[in-house]
Amino acid sequence: MKYSKTGLVALVVLRLATGWHFFYEGMVKVLNPDWTSKAYLLDSGGFLKNIFEWMALNSNVLQVVDFLNAWGLTLIGLSLLLGIFCRAGAFAGMLLLLFYYLSHPAFPGIEYLFPTDGSYFIINKTLVELFALFVIFAFPSAHIIGLERFWAAKNKIPE
Amino acid sequence: MKKDEQKDKKGISRRDVLAGLASLPVLGALGYGLFLHTSERNKYKSGLLKGVKPVLPSGIPPLVEGPVLRLGVVGSGGRGMYIMKALGFVRPERIDDWEARAATDKYWRDYLDEFMAQEQLNVRVTAVCDVFGKHAAQGIAAGSNLYRNGQSGEMADAPRRFLTYQELCASPDVDAVIVATPDHLHVPVALEAARNGKHVYCEKPLSWTVEETFEARKVVRDTGIVFQLGHQGRQTESYQVAKSLIEQDVIGKISLIEVCTNRNDPNGAWVYDIDPEANENTIDWKQFIGPAPWHDFSLERFFRWRCWWDYSTGLSGDLFTHEYDALNQILGLGIPHSAMASGGIYFYKDGRTVPDVLNMAFEYPERDLTLLYSATLSSEKNRGKSIMAHDAWMELDETLTVYLDRSSTRYKDQIEQGLLEPNKPIFSYVPGQDKIDAITTPTEKYFAGRGLLYTYRDGKAVDTTHLHLREWLNCIRLNNGTKPSCDIDQAFEEAITAHMGTISYHEKRRTFWDAINERIV
Repeated sequence: MKYSKTGLVALVVLRLATGWHFFYEGMVKVLNPDWTSKAYLLDSGGFLKNIFEWMALNSNVLQVVDFLNAWGLTLIGLSLLLGIFCRAGAFAGMLLLLFYYLSHPAFPGIEYLFPTDGSYFIINKTLVELFALFVIFAFPSAHIIGLERFWAAKNKIPE
Repeated sequence: MKKDEQKDKKGISRRDVLAGLASLPVLGALGYGLFLHTSERNKYKSGLLKGVKPVLPSGIPPLVEGPVLRLGVVGSGGRGMYIMKALGFVRPERIDDWEARAATDKYWRDYLDEFMAQEQLNVRVTAVCDVFGKHAAQGIAAGSNLYRNGQSGEMADAPRRFLTYQELCASPDVDAVIVATPDHLHVPVALEAARNGKHVYCEKPLSWTVEETFEARKVVRDTGIVFQLGHQGRQTESYQVAKSLIEQDVIGKISLIEVCTNRNDPNGAWVYDIDPEANENTIDWKQFIGPAPWHDFSLERFFRWRCWWDYSTGLSGDLFTHEYDALNQILGLGIPHSAMASGGIYFYKDGRTVPDVLNMAFEYPERDLTLLYSATLSSEKNRGKSIMAHDAWMELDETLTVYLDRSSTRYKDQIEQGLLEPNKPIFSYVPGQDKIDAITTPTEKYFAGRGLLYTYRDGKAVDTTHLHLREWLNCIRLNNGTKPSCDIDQAFEEAITAHMGTISYHEKRRTFWDAINERIV
């Protein structure tokens, strides 16, 4: 895929910003042994509320959820930042964000204990970030700016 | 052209290397950010927990081994049946009902599971006494259900119904008596039991009059029975944690404590349903009246007895005592120097004589603090318990949260260094957790401030009444002078304090406790 210079800068900036957000969120959780998603999950709403509450109340499931969440965020962030396995990272990130969205959907009539930082109707920032990852997935840039370039160079994939 | 030739030779050009590693500096920046975050957090946490070693509840105490204890229940109405459930005895109809609900409703599934998981306390209910035939029958049905079965299941021997509490207390088939009568009969029944050598678990408040409070203390002490007052709050984990934090001077000098009651429904205001089967033939009215002034038969007075001073101790005895006993447990307050009360019947103008709004101030000059109680039966604004001190304040319910005071002396340096944030929660304890958290993330701060009750949702909370009864039974079985946590001395302090408030309300003046002569003046 051929990008204009501006287009490439835009894609790389978007990728790095999203990666930054994922990586930092993930590492903060990894580094805090007391961190748990329990309160967040208990505060779920929408049609999958029961499933998320079940995750929160089942301590074995919760441990797995917490581990996958913290390390998932970190590794997805790392892949976007370094530009390696970027499409897989973007796809996994979209899945993770979909879970966040489904646990706290911005549907009218649902209220959460934890306050939101704005006013949303169906589309919220989680969903916007999910769509940002969709762009990153659809328009790869890691083979130009990122570690994937080394493979690209070896296999002589044209820019 | 030259570059392309180079690339063909080596595969990877210098340009490739630069573009490939272009984002690495970003990782460096993030690493620095994480370093800042972690060191802030660690400083904050160490600043908080330095030197503080909260005593955490050690779980459910094991049951002391011993012979089966035979219990007599006096009063098998609402509270009496609840106590029997906490002992493991429920009417078979109820079990069937719960099972039917549990089939479709998770709440009832958890409720039923929790009850079934409750440990057997090695007791039998051998005697029941209630002045209302239907209540006596339900007590007998529950008492027979040793194996927690539905109606088609096996039952154990039915408890014997006694028509008077005197006969029940005299029965050789009873080792200990549960008193769950209206307030005006607590002491008469408890003392009848004690004089017959039976151990007593008595619902709160201890007494209806000041005089009988002294008599109760004397008889319980003289007979040496094991006495427990039914303040199950003694088993609330967060109170035990609060006590240990305060003893370690985490919040500093306490000057004011505010406790409250807020209810806003007829049931909470003691307007209970009147049973259609109740009438002069099914209720032993004379026995119900007991020491109270005579009044003609009244279904309203029988079922809603809490609304009349003739049988009740009002907000002070009925609900303030819960709050008082919690604080007496945490701070060892004892009897106050003085009490001042005011209030009125402002919402429930239904013929009741006890107020539905009550405010009381108790002074403890030797402790340099005031205990404030404020209650209404017509607003549900939840105010919780607040213990206000110079360095921090503590908010207490099932959960515990400590907020740092901006002008604290003790934490001045840490606040100036930015290690601690004033007016924010710094400690939280949620029942079921095995640790106290120093609160660090914004999410934790938010939820700690709101006191989200994990254990309620968990459905794993152990009934505090069960624990309170268990403690009493353990003391009986130990038989070595070990006293339960809410023994007769604690009960005495509870009752006198409540009476001081009530007398102040009636006489519209400040009442004082003459500690030397032990009397209210």
